[in-house]
Amino acid sequence: MSAKSNENLRGVVLRFSKNRFAVLGLILIILFCLVAVFASHIAPYSYEEQDLLNTLMPPSSEHWFGTDEFGRDIFSRIIYASRVSLKVGIIAVGIGMIVGGILGAVSGYYGGWLDNLIMRAMDILLSIPSILLAIAIAASLGPGVVNIMIAIGISSVPQYARIVRGSVLSIRSQQFVIAARAVGGRDFHIIFKHILPNCMAPIIVQATLGVAWAILNTAGLSFIGLGIQPPIPEWGAMLSSGRNYIRDFSYMTLFPGLAIMITILALNFVGDGLRDALDPKMKR
Amino acid sequence: MSDSNKTLLDIRDLSVDYETDSGTVYAVRNLNLSLGYGESLGLVGETGAGKTTTALSIMQLITDPGKYKSGEIYFEGRDMMTLPEMEKRIIRGGEISMIFQDPMTSLNPVITVVRQIAEVISLHENITPDDARKKAIEMLEVVGIRPDRADDYPHQFSGGMCQRVVIAIALACNPQLLIADEPTTALDVTIQAQVLELMKELKERLNTSLIMITHDLGIVAETCDRVAIMYAGNVVETAGTESLFTRPMHPYTTGLFDSIPDLDSKEKRLKVIPGLMPDPTLLPVGCSFAPRCTFACESCERNKPTMVEVHPGHWVACPVVVEKGGVSR
Repeated sequence: MSAKSNENLRGVVLRFSKNRFAVLGLILIILFCLVAVFASHIAPYSYEEQDLLNTLMPPSSEHWFGTDEFGRDIFSRIIYASRVSLKVGIIAVGIGMIVGGILGAVSGYYGGWLDNLIMRAMDILLSIPSILLAIAIAASLGPGVVNIMIAIGISSVPQYARIVRGSVLSIRSQQFVIAARAVGGRDFHIIFKHILPNCMAPIIVQATLGVAWAILNTAGLSFIGLGIQPPIPEWGAMLSSGRNYIRDFSYMTLFPGLAIMITILALNFVGDGLRDALDPKMKR
Repeated sequence: MSDSNKTLLDIRDLSVDYETDSGTVYAVRNLNLSLGYGESLGLVGETGAGKTTTALSIMQLITDPGKYKSGEIYFEGRDMMTLPEMEKRIIRGGEISMIFQDPMTSLNPVITVVRQIAEVISLHENITPDDARKKAIEMLEVVGIRPDRADDYPHQFSGGMCQRVVIAIALACNPQLLIADEPTTALDVTIQAQVLELMKELKERLNTSLIMITHDLGIVAETCDRVAIMYAGNVVETAGTESLFTRPMHPYTTGLFDSIPDLDSKEKRLKVIPGLMPDPTLLPVGCSFAPRCTFACESCERNKPTMVEVHPGHWVACPVVVEKGGVSR
């Protein structure tokens, strides 16, 4: 077992490392994670320290990314914000992917009334704009990082359920699934070992895009006071507070925007690379 | 053929319907079939005759919209129809295995072949993953694949190699019965011969019974002890291979033999059986073959023919030829 799984893992790593963009993305993500972990050592200032004499300062050697309307150092705030944003983005996507994936897989595999029940419930959730749904959930759970992750995770469940169900439907009727049943495989075993590994590609793509969506939605919720409470910094919230000053002090939105963009780009590179590396047909 | 007088599999009065929007398809009608230990049976018939449905029924793998309408399937004395799902799973792959038509699609594309074989072994035997892998590699060697190809994926194999892997999976747990559903249809002729040879050899070695589903009478002559000819969901003639090839009785069987092109004859056109298989949603009341049969009489159109033993072990469902003592070819 160990010998062969090592062999396969080595193949995946090898194929992944041949994709330069994927490696770049991975390095960036690791870098962001390190920044998040060691934020207190890297940041030159505290994220809540106000300097009311130096508000709205443009980038300088003292404040690399400038200061905001309360004179807080934007560079430090972005560094601290990576903690919340990365956590919310990745965990919310995780919740959506796992719950939605299981619902979609069960729905697609069994079909019939169970499929109808699950998918109609998903349709109801989809008919509500997802931000509204997240607002409703966040409002009923109350503000807080964990509740935000749950709210955003749940509101993304229907998308994953639909994608997974669609892939499962197309894989389910293939002969190797019937063959897997013919050798005595259990339903659980067939779904998780034979069907889901064959539908990873669309799930990975959706998940990497989903992280961006989750970070932006967190910003939306923070903006109306249901998300991360100030003064805790968060990229989306920084973006929306900088909006009022975008005409004269555009760097206030530029830097958190860049942080979000680079994260998403890196995640997409990794997602693409991962999708190709996990597909044995890409092997030469 | 050690003790072929004892029956391993006994199908009685099996009927399977597919309930579709355009009507009920009567795929298998009141089918009776039995198979002894170590025996190999050829199940022959044209597309849509219900061969695959019969095979899937034995494995209890008919899914929606298919429905079992009647019948019992006794495997070693147990009725597969009434067994709980858990016991069916133990039988599938462990005691009855199936080889599917297209080897390229019956293997999972994202799992290495050795893991696919090991999976069956660990599903049916209490074995550590390392031992399962060892056994899987042994199976690969048995079917003639080098162990260094074990960690390759199915798309890295040719069709014939894939079918060898499928055979390895099917035989990994020493099943009592192997059902091969047109195992060579997707392969070219030279590979066909190799795969058939391999199956024959392994069947002898492991003393497995075999149901060979095919529409190629040549394959039947090569591999089977007994033949059952299926037409429109039912067996119309069953006999020992030699008896069937020397004295085909049923007009459909003789039609099948006649439609094989003959090198010696000067005829320009192939002899085909006139007409088509009846619409499986609207089967005739009497003999299903009556509309295409040159010997059909009025009673054929009204009464379902019953199987009559014309020679020892040679059964045929056609009162007209039984009366005449065979069809002159």
